[in-house]
Formats: sequence, C-alpha cells, structure tokens
Amino acid sequence: MSAFASTIDAWKREKGPLRILSASGQLGYGIPEPAFRAGLARKPHLIGADMGSVDPGPYYLGAGQLATARRSSKRDLGLAITGAVRNRIPFILGTAGTGGGDPHLAGTMEIVREIARENDLHFRVATIRAEMPRDVVKAAVRARKVTSIGPIAALTEADVDGAARIVGQMGMEAFQRAIDLEPDIIIAGRACDTAIYATLPQRLGFPVGPALQMAKIIECASLCCEGGGRDAMLGTLEGESFVLESMNPNRRATPMSVAAHSLYEQADPLCVAEPEGVLYLADAKYEAVDERRVRVSGGRWEPATQFTVKIEGATRIGARAVLVAGSTDPVFIAKSQEIAASVEAMVRELVPPNPKRPYELFFRFYGLGVVGGQPVTTVPEEVGVLVECIAETEEEARAVAASAKQYLLHAPFPGRISTAGNLGFPFTPPEMTAGDAYRFSIYHIMQVDDLAPLFPVSIETIG
Amino acid sequence: MKLIDAARVIRSKNAGPTQVTLDLMFDTREMYERALAAPSLKAAVIAQRFNVADAEIIPYPAANAIKIVLPRRIIAGTPGDTDVYGAQQHRPILDVEI
Repeated sequence: MSAFASTIDAWKREKGPLRILSASGQLGYGIPEPAFRAGLARKPHLIGADMGSVDPGPYYLGAGQLATARRSSKRDLGLAITGAVRNRIPFILGTAGTGGGDPHLAGTMEIVREIARENDLHFRVATIRAEMPRDVVKAAVRARKVTSIGPIAALTEADVDGAARIVGQMGMEAFQRAIDLEPDIIIAGRACDTAIYATLPQRLGFPVGPALQMAKIIECASLCCEGGGRDAMLGTLEGESFVLESMNPNRRATPMSVAAHSLYEQADPLCVAEPEGVLYLADAKYEAVDERRVRVSGGRWEPATQFTVKIEGATRIGARAVLVAGSTDPVFIAKSQEIAASVEAMVRELVPPNPKRPYELFFRFYGLGVVGGQPVTTVPEEVGVLVECIAETEEEARAVAASAKQYLLHAPFPGRISTAGNLGFPFTPPEMTAGDAYRFSIYHIMQVDDLAPLFPVSIETIG
Repeated sequence: MKLIDAARVIRSKNAGPTQVTLDLMFDTREMYERALAAPSLKAAVIAQRFNVADAEIIPYPAANAIKIVLPRRIIAGTPGDTDVYGAQQHRPILDVEI
C-alpha cells in the first residue's frame, strides 16, 4: 500500500488533528537537519517542500536550469526522501527545479532516482507536469480569457509563440489526481505553494479555508517566527483552527510574527487567489498557545465559479556579457555618465550593431544611484562599474564588452589626471559571458474550464 | 518624525515580477495609526515619490503594518533592471515625515 493510501486509511481510523511538516520553503538551499529530524519525530502525516519561484528572475524558467546547485539540491532531496520513505510518510515537492517546467522536473527526477539507487530505496513517484500547451494559451488569448497581472502588456499569440517556455501554477485539483495514483511521493512542476500542503487536508474533509491558511504560512518553513528562519515548521490542523510550531526549539512563533508573515511577497495580505477559489484572511485570529506556539483560525474559502491559472513565460532575448570594475578617480566619477556616452559611441563604431537586431549596452556606476534608481546627494570616493551587453550571440556580446573595457579604461576626458587608466579590475578577464538572457514575457491569469488537461499526472516505480 | 525612526521594519520585495511591495511594520498601534493617518503616506504622494503611475495602500492592523503596492518600472530581470528581487526599493520612503 502506498504511503498516501496507508496514511489516509490510518487517519480515517483514528481521526484527530492532522500534522503536516514543512521541510523547506526553498529546497536546495539547505534544510537544517536537526529541526527536520525533530519534525520527523512528531510523526507527521505529510512532509512537504517547495523548490521554486519566479523570484530569481526569468533565466531559470527560460533556460530550463535549476537555480540551486545540484549537490545542494541532492543533499536536501536526500534528507526529505529518505526521511519520508523510511518512515512511510507521504512527501510532496512543489515547483521542482526552480522553474517547474519539463526540464526542471526531469532534472529533479534524475536526482530522485540517484538518491533511491544510492540509498537502496524503493517507492512510487507521481509526477505532475505544468508546461502549458501553446495552442491552449493562444485559444485563450483569442477568446479574451487572459488578463495581465500588474503592468505587463496584454498577451498576444506572438508572445505565446515567442516564449522559450510557459508554465502554469497548478492547484489542489492536480495534486488530488496525483494522490489517486497511489504514490509514496509526488514531484510536481510549477505549483501554488499552498496546494502542496492543503490537498491532503481537503481530501480528508478538513475545511479548506483554515487548511489553505495554514499552508500559506508553513510553506515558508520557520520564516513566520520571530527573526525568521529556515527550520522545518510543524502545522497541526485541528479543523477550523491550526497550531504552528517551529521544529527548532529556539524559534518562537508569536501572534504578531505569524500575522506579519501574511504580508510577505504578497500583493494583498487579506486575499489569496488560487486556481479553484479565493482564500480570505480578513477575519484571521492569532492566539498564543505558549511562548513559541500560535493557534490560528478564521481563514475563509470561497470556491470560484470560474477556474483560473496563473501562467508564467520567459522569452530569450539574446546572450549576455558583463564587465566588472571599479574607480576611485574623482574626476572620472564626476563625469562618468558623459564618459560612458562617449565610450558607447566608440564601441558602436568599432563593433557595428546588426541593424535588424542591435545589441543593448548598459553602463552602471554603483555608488551613483543605480540600485534604487534615485540620484545620490553626495558623490562617493569610489564607484563600482558594471557594463552589460545583451547581443544576439555570445561572441558578439563578448566583443562589445571587451571593447567597452578597453575604451572605458583609457577614455580621455577634460581634467583627466590619472592618465594610465580609469579603472581597477578585480580579476582578469574582467569581461565574461553570462549565458543566454531572458525576460518575463508572460505573467498573466488565464481562465480555464477544465484544469485537468493542463496538468497531466503519471506514476513510476523507482528502485 | 521620520518613518525610519517610527517603524520597526521597512522592507521592499517583489510580489510577482510586475509589482513591488513595501511593508511598514510598527511596534505599537499608536505608531501604526499615526503613519496610516499621515498625509505623506497617501497613495498619490507615495506614487509621486517613487515616480510611478499609482500606488495602493493596504492597512493591515493584525500586524500593526501597512502594505504599499507599486508597479515595477521595469519587469523583474528585464534588461535595464537593477533589482531583480525588488529587495532594495525601500530607501525613498525612509525619510518620509509622519
């Protein structure tokens, strides 16, 4: 019998609160082992972890690459999978491999198989794909069923064709179909982080509002505690309420720290949209159980009359090369913008841009108001210099960066006193290629009538 | 009183790649209410300060906090961006008088 099936059977016999352990909100960046082990000792009904996000930018989604180092991902997945399988606890991983697309899922599954082989583990894995078929998205565009989230252009069919990859965020519906396949482990592509934790409670008949509310908090592990933290977090769902407890005894969840967590990375702290409905948190109550545990209630779930899927897409825009340097020369710093303009003109002459697809060149002088986009009031004694080129090919981008390096180093300007060179380089070569460059071209909501065809599930036995 | 002296937390972070949000958290209900009432923290004033078209101010009394939602000037990670995560966009609000 699978871990999911036996856990569901056992819970139905005993009933009572449901214990869910969140192992990590960022799997692959290091699961603290003592807290995870302490969590296992509490005999959770489910272990969950989230592995991805749009936060790291468009590259990972577009390129099909993991943001986490393979060895770190393997270490964390190894902890979670051995802990789950050896104790017959179901495990769900959401947004596999940072981006949650097919290559991310495949890369994660390769690590899962390696872990099984090396630890002599045998288990059934359900996988859920999350790449959106282009014809489905284009049909939705034509039917005016796609809307922008924030200031991004309305989606066109050309955008859909031009994207390197498009994923959709799956909700509880997809995970329910995966549980139907009787797995021990579920590895999902792009997923709502809440669905990882709320699907099993929904299956057992727990009210969805509080279950999702708990999911929303524990998906970041111990981040809801005072001072934050990555340690595993235990959520004990009682029905209309739940209790939160960090598995690191030094971390304290307080009513204030948990309430404040609802603000994190969320445009609206009172309202969380899911594919199948909306979670309302305006009536949430936070009460201290003791000095490090909090009981929460009040989450209200309203099922949607129209299903929606958040879709994310990245488009390749070229290849990137960068130059890293610094300057302490007061005259150079004072005139840096004008110098950059003259260097750019020189570079464009030396490396003529392709008129059909001209390269982009950016000069950034750190210390002069780059990061916040606001002018600085005092001129610093030194500045960091970053030159970035995005061109059609890596070779072209590198040629531009190399020319920019040479001309910026030796650019003449009125009042120049340091005539041997304008820049200090931290290493050579100071210009380097940085692979393909992408941009987010899709961040939209798509109305759908049937969620299931978008997130196909399959099962395999490993070991 | 400047916001930096009144708030315990003043932070910024993306809420998806098209929006950035600022969280202001206060130790006391009094300070939270004072900030919420301040003309300098009204939506139009904040939008102007950040040089964006509009801003949304969301009071969150449960944590004595105020959330400000701003459109990003450049979508996260698009060429020309200088803060992919949006975690360093809090500076313009630090010296706001409340």
